[in-house]
Amino acid sequence: MAELLRATGVTKRFTGALALDGVDFDVRSGEVHVLLGENGAGKSTLVKVLAGVHRPDSGEVVLADGVRLAVIYQELTLVPELSVAENLFLGRPPRRFGVVDQARMRRDAVALLDRVGLAVDPRTKLKHLGIAQQQMVEIARALDQDAGVLVLDEPTAVLTDTETDRLLEIMAELRDQGVGLVFITHHLDEIRRIADRSTVLRDGRSVGVLPRGASVEEMIELMVGRSISEQYPRHRQDPGEVLLKIDGLTRNGVFQDVSIEVRAGEVVGVAGLVGAGRTEVVRAAFGADRYDSGHVEVGGKRLAGGDVQAAVRAGLGLVPEDRKGQGLVLTSSVGENLGLVTLGSATRFGVVDRGGQREKAAGMASALRVKTSGLGQEVRELSGGNQQKVVIGKWLLADPKVLVLDEPTRGVDVGAKVEIYELVNRMTAAGRAVLLVSSDLPEVIGMSDRIVVMAHGRVAGELPAVGTTQDQVMALAVQEIPA
Amino acid sequence: MTTSINARKVLSDNGALGGLLVLVVALSVLAPSFLSTQNLLNVGVQAAVVAVLAFGSTFVIVSGGIDLSVGSVAALSAMVGAWSSTEAGLPGPLALLLGLATGVVAGLVNGALVSYGRLPAFIATLAMLSVARGLTLVVSQGTPLATPDVVSELGSNLTPFLPVPLLVMLVFFGLTAFVLTRTYQGRAMYVIGGNEEAARLSGIDVRKQKLVIYALSGLFAAVAGMLLAGRLASAGPQAAVGYELDAIAAVVIGGASLSGGVGRASGTLIGALVLAVLRNGLNQLQVSPFWQQVVIGVVIALAVLLDTLRRRSTR
Repeated sequence: MAELLRATGVTKRFTGALALDGVDFDVRSGEVHVLLGENGAGKSTLVKVLAGVHRPDSGEVVLADGVRLAVIYQELTLVPELSVAENLFLGRPPRRFGVVDQARMRRDAVALLDRVGLAVDPRTKLKHLGIAQQQMVEIARALDQDAGVLVLDEPTAVLTDTETDRLLEIMAELRDQGVGLVFITHHLDEIRRIADRSTVLRDGRSVGVLPRGASVEEMIELMVGRSISEQYPRHRQDPGEVLLKIDGLTRNGVFQDVSIEVRAGEVVGVAGLVGAGRTEVVRAAFGADRYDSGHVEVGGKRLAGGDVQAAVRAGLGLVPEDRKGQGLVLTSSVGENLGLVTLGSATRFGVVDRGGQREKAAGMASALRVKTSGLGQEVRELSGGNQQKVVIGKWLLADPKVLVLDEPTRGVDVGAKVEIYELVNRMTAAGRAVLLVSSDLPEVIGMSDRIVVMAHGRVAGELPAVGTTQDQVMALAVQEIPA
Repeated sequence: MTTSINARKVLSDNGALGGLLVLVVALSVLAPSFLSTQNLLNVGVQAAVVAVLAFGSTFVIVSGGIDLSVGSVAALSAMVGAWSSTEAGLPGPLALLLGLATGVVAGLVNGALVSYGRLPAFIATLAMLSVARGLTLVVSQGTPLATPDVVSELGSNLTPFLPVPLLVMLVFFGLTAFVLTRTYQGRAMYVIGGNEEAARLSGIDVRKQKLVIYALSGLFAAVAGMLLAGRLASAGPQAAVGYELDAIAAVVIGGASLSGGVGRASGTLIGALVLAVLRNGLNQLQVSPFWQQVVIGVVIALAVLLDTLRRRSTR
């Protein structure tokens, strides 16, 4: 089998943090090479280095002569309002005398779609296709550009089981046609079905290459094999009364019958794969999205669905997953951002007590050790960890009964992580509670008291945090729930 | 020393202020009559209508929206006021109140379409631009109506050196600055304009706030309409056509961002003054109205260009 791509000793740093550390990786013609690892292990960074988006600090990436590499990202890069054919030839439609040759474009499109087994009229607008079909269009487009190496970054996260089956079939066909495929997935069963070999990344290093037929146990062991030390300074205590009760929450097609209880002084972790429905459940419980049935109680009071203000009044807070998109007002200062949630309670007769707001913000900024030149500094200039402290700080000022943290330490450096964990401890010591949604398994195990594991929009099981191994959590997270 | 530092800070915070000063100096050299007290008061009076419209637009633009209907709403409000008094025979003050209420209602409709109907602000207020203008024509039957005395007095002088429009402009400037910096509604405007989703997830009732914001814009438009009608002692069916663009220009010259989250009352005041000074000065210099439009367009582009460059260099 001809070698299509070879990366040697790839090292990449981001502002001090080592994202990739001397990684070797190669792709041969006619194989499916799986890239396996936890979130944050460096898979996406490696893909970006391979694709030339990031330049490695050291090491090199060599493509064989004439070989092109195409990446199918989870976020598709297609234009919904254009037809399938136009999307296939986006930016380079077949032309005759400067005019787009529609007939030829349609003919070529049919041939391409045939290669990925997609039987749709190429004149259909892309937005009328399902997500799986759109993915096929994206793959077909990559094939037309004669991609020798095709990288698929978690393509199955958004697919149903049957769609996944179909994708795996197509991948096998492409493999037979001599394409070299790089496949990223968290679903270990898919790896068993399709992988010719698997490179496992952990903390930016390649920790081993597994052959075809490796067991799930072997994969998990290589992926997570690390002991938890005092990175997670959780002080556990006896839980009190129930502060948050999510009861049978269902949003059709997204999550079903999810029940979670959080007691005073408790941290409940929510683990699961990306796409398991964790974020969707907590957003719905907070009122940010709607749900179809079930209910949510905070401190014994039932919340109206889809009403953020009611949730905030009842004492629920949410630190959202997307810090910049949903947590911060980037055009405003650190002080303004810290005062966001308390803006209403600091208002008398329509006028905001700005002095009081500033004072509280200053107190919180110093208590959280936010590294800033002052409250007037624009929040966009802070580092990720300090921005996250501001988002958490705005909620702490409102003193919620239950704070939901959705991926609170993603993109946060190790020092700030521990400071955020200390904040969690402080909340629970004060009789409050925390619901911690995280894809970082050591974090969930290290910082939670109990762990709810979600899979496919349902609660797959619950584990005590103490004594639970990452393998046990993963085993629940990857389990297939019969429909 | 401290005053020079303060002056520098004021200048660097308000990019358009430097431009305004340059403009005033240049015009006073080129047209000696420009600096006369009477002429400067005229500039203030001429700026007043656009300034009050622009203060209302500042709320909308800071919160990330746009209001294209303010010119038409100003005309409709003045027309309703004039009609209530001359045709329906209501007492002047009541007619004035009805006119102002008309502006608020138009603003509420805008706000409801944007927040509850989820129409883009551009579309909702474009529709209102047409509807309000049409209603103005319907009410007036196409002819100007005399305004009640209470409205006409808005165009007069309180003392020889204090024209009422100037006073109204300064009062509304103070009001706008107060609302933007000190009130819940004002702070919420910055948050919504900066990041609507973050505002929602922080417990701010974004839809209700938008309703208030567009209602304020409608009210301010109505006041501007009364000022304009007061100066002419009549409400015209074609009054304030195209003023929404002057209002937006004033806000933008004043340093606000059309993508929301940024903008100040002082900037908007300066922006409105820049436009008025420019028009007045070009008239003094006997530049043809055709060329005036060209110059004003160039100044708008230059002002925003310079402001963008200034911000980039400080970042």
